[in-house]
Amino acid sequence: MQLAQRARVANQRRLRPTPLWLLRAAGVALVCAVLVPVVVLASSWLSPEVEIWQHLVETQLPRLVANTLFLMLGVGVLVSVIGVSLAWFTVMCQFPGRAAFEWLLMLPLAVPAYVMAFVVLGVFDFGGPLQTQLRELLGAGWGIDVRNRASVIVVFSLVLYPYVYMLARSAFLSQSSETLEVARVLGCTSRQAFFRVALPMARPAIAAGVGLALMETLADFGTVAVFNYDTFTTAIYKSWFGFFSLQAAAQLASLLLLFVGVTLFAERRSRGHGLFVQGAKLQHLRRFPLPPVLAGLVSAYCALILAFAFVLPMLQLLDWAVGEGVSQLTSRFFALLGHSLWLAAMAAALTVTLALLLAFCRRFSRGRWGSIFAAAQLGYALPGSVLAVGIMLSFSWLDRQWLLPLQAWLGLDPKPLLMGTVLTLLAAYWIRFLAVASGPLDSALERVKPSLPEVARTLGAGNWRLLWEVYLPMLRPGVLTALVLVFVDVMKEMPATLLLRPFGWDTLAVRIFEMTAEGQWQLAALPALTLVLAGLIPVMLSIRASRGR
Amino acid sequence: MIFRSALVFSLLLSLVACGRSEEPSGPELVVYSSRIEQLIKPIFDQYTAETGVNIRYVTDSAGPLLARLRAEGENTPADILVTVDVGNLWQAAQQGLLAPQTSSVLKNNVPESLRDPEGRWTGLSIRARTIVYSSERVQPETLSSYEALAEPQWAGRLCLRTAKKVYNQSLVATMISADGAENTERVLAGWVDNLAVPPFSSDNKVIEAIAAGQCDVGIVNTYYLARMKADDPSLPVDLFWANQTGEAPFNRGVHVNISGAGVTAASKQKALAMSLLEWLSEAEAQHAFAELNQEFPVNRNTPPSSLLQHWGDFKADQVPVVEAGRLQAEAIRMMDRVGYR
Repeated sequence: MQLAQRARVANQRRLRPTPLWLLRAAGVALVCAVLVPVVVLASSWLSPEVEIWQHLVETQLPRLVANTLFLMLGVGVLVSVIGVSLAWFTVMCQFPGRAAFEWLLMLPLAVPAYVMAFVVLGVFDFGGPLQTQLRELLGAGWGIDVRNRASVIVVFSLVLYPYVYMLARSAFLSQSSETLEVARVLGCTSRQAFFRVALPMARPAIAAGVGLALMETLADFGTVAVFNYDTFTTAIYKSWFGFFSLQAAAQLASLLLLFVGVTLFAERRSRGHGLFVQGAKLQHLRRFPLPPVLAGLVSAYCALILAFAFVLPMLQLLDWAVGEGVSQLTSRFFALLGHSLWLAAMAAALTVTLALLLAFCRRFSRGRWGSIFAAAQLGYALPGSVLAVGIMLSFSWLDRQWLLPLQAWLGLDPKPLLMGTVLTLLAAYWIRFLAVASGPLDSALERVKPSLPEVARTLGAGNWRLLWEVYLPMLRPGVLTALVLVFVDVMKEMPATLLLRPFGWDTLAVRIFEMTAEGQWQLAALPALTLVLAGLIPVMLSIRASRGR
Repeated sequence: MIFRSALVFSLLLSLVACGRSEEPSGPELVVYSSRIEQLIKPIFDQYTAETGVNIRYVTDSAGPLLARLRAEGENTPADILVTVDVGNLWQAAQQGLLAPQTSSVLKNNVPESLRDPEGRWTGLSIRARTIVYSSERVQPETLSSYEALAEPQWAGRLCLRTAKKVYNQSLVATMISADGAENTERVLAGWVDNLAVPPFSSDNKVIEAIAAGQCDVGIVNTYYLARMKADDPSLPVDLFWANQTGEAPFNRGVHVNISGAGVTAASKQKALAMSLLEWLSEAEAQHAFAELNQEFPVNRNTPPSSLLQHWGDFKADQVPVVEAGRLQAEAIRMMDRVGYR
């Protein structure tokens, strides 16, 4: 017994990947960096804002909390249903147009939620073209106000389902068909095989996707503002912009974080200690051919989602952009595009690298450490401008307290090194989007059977070779998804870009802000359209790359 | 392999890019502005051409810009803060972010009610917020004041923009100042009762709703209507100058807000910054500054744009705009209490 244990310990020591403490130290440093703005926000509790809190609790909070929970429930259910069903159909079934839908359905990812919101309102509202036409046909005196809960939920779901779709799709793709075949041999119907085998196996991926969608919904301000639908962020911004109390805003924001933190923790707990690994894929997936009627229905369903989530908004934007003419298309406009692409590329590379590091930290340290590393995801749950202010406060403190005196001591002309540089902006991006990159990476890593790297190690592979030749190729779909998600998210990001961009680094999102700030949504159409089209570049590239295997 | 090299390559690129920075040459001013680029750049370009002083700016909402000014403290590169409402200027002054300045040019060009009594900021253009109505369904004689929109005759006919917008907060703040808190709260409750549909996210949407027949009257800033009228002269929505006649305090005049600016407390070139503000208050620049967005000039020697002249002259509320800042928090609390979202 003792001998066996000793042998196992020795074995483990030999198989231990990378010097664990080094990896852990790097991971802890990362988590600390993410937590700095969080701590800055939490420190706001040191100066209580009794009066504002009293007012908010009396007149606002119950309604806002109810609104927020309702929204999250609706978006959560809808993105799961749409995302998982589309992923299952396109991966596992055979129906007309399947190959095209498989990648077309990712496109709505590039549509910012606030753009979707103003397009939906522009088209469908009482005064919009649709209802005006109908009134001309059917006579005046009726009409519906589409600014209701259901519309807000649908708008969010249409732009956020791709998170679930992409993650679930790569999970289904990597499920070996033997697993399903075994299930069928053991007497499951194809429906049972889906609900009892495929779905539970894909749970980490689906949960990660839904989690991303919900965090984005929670942190959103722009989209709900278009509908004048009040959520918890409304209280945050009311305290800040209305009552001029950044303290109260930070206190509210830290409550939001606490809520997300607890939820994330609970989800991890409820998964238990189950492993979600997959065997190697031995053969090509065989898709179920669907009976003709069902196949037609599935095609129609995919087409419907695509039409509302992508085709329709694109057409409306195009219509507005053409109406406003090309006067905006100056060299400045292309500079905006350049900045958007450039920042997104830098941020994507940086964020995915850091997320990869963190993912390995988590893989090699279960238990307590695992939840510490999970804290690095919190940045995504904060409203963009609140996070940006947290980062700004900590960076300008660093500048003031350390870098300026240091420069003076070195005899240099002291000037702020962090605030107003690309560094600060990139920091904001990776802190915010670490969670987005972690989703696909973690779920990809969870599917790597521990025995594979162990075999490689037994065969004498060093740490770097192991990373380079075993892990990275196996993680490739996950890394690609992560790069695309972060790239597109950075392109769409508005509040942090606005606050932290260096002089002259205006982007397309900044342009959209400026146009919509004065209510000129039609003028925002051209930059919005360009933003979406530019966001399609990485989506296309990743599709090509994932086919090229 | 290509994939992995690309990963490393892009990471290296991003590190290189971080080193980039530009060095300015010649005199230069830095502006933090919540007035958007299209409404400041043409005038700044003109100033640069005339004086050789270069102007760099960042635009953002006023809240984040104030937070940034405050966080950067003594080290801020900003010389001037520009906002599109008085509430934020007042707040910036309260936080000590703006420096008191005396300028005979500004005193000459800008009416006293549109300047900070202590000289920390000045208005540069006037944004008038007044009543608009459906020219198909409303007789303008039935309109009189903001307060009168709370009367039962407007039940189910009123459209408003969200109370979260500072323009409405300023309007209500000046109502509190004129009518007293109790009366104002009653008026607000009346407005909410009269709403045809929940408040809109923008003034444009209010005007569109009136044109589409969703409601009959609303309250908006004049330049939104001016812009939409320029696009479509047949738009069945017209403007009514509120609170011109009747008994005090209902004859106090149209509520005006300002787009204005102040010199930052941490600026190392306050005189240079001040000369830009003075230049902006002169007749010529005033014309361009206001016309860009169909706003009214603060300088009385500058006529408003031809489109605005067509709406005729109006009496503006003479209450110092600083009141809008002072009473803003109370206004928001009141709007929250009556359920005006």
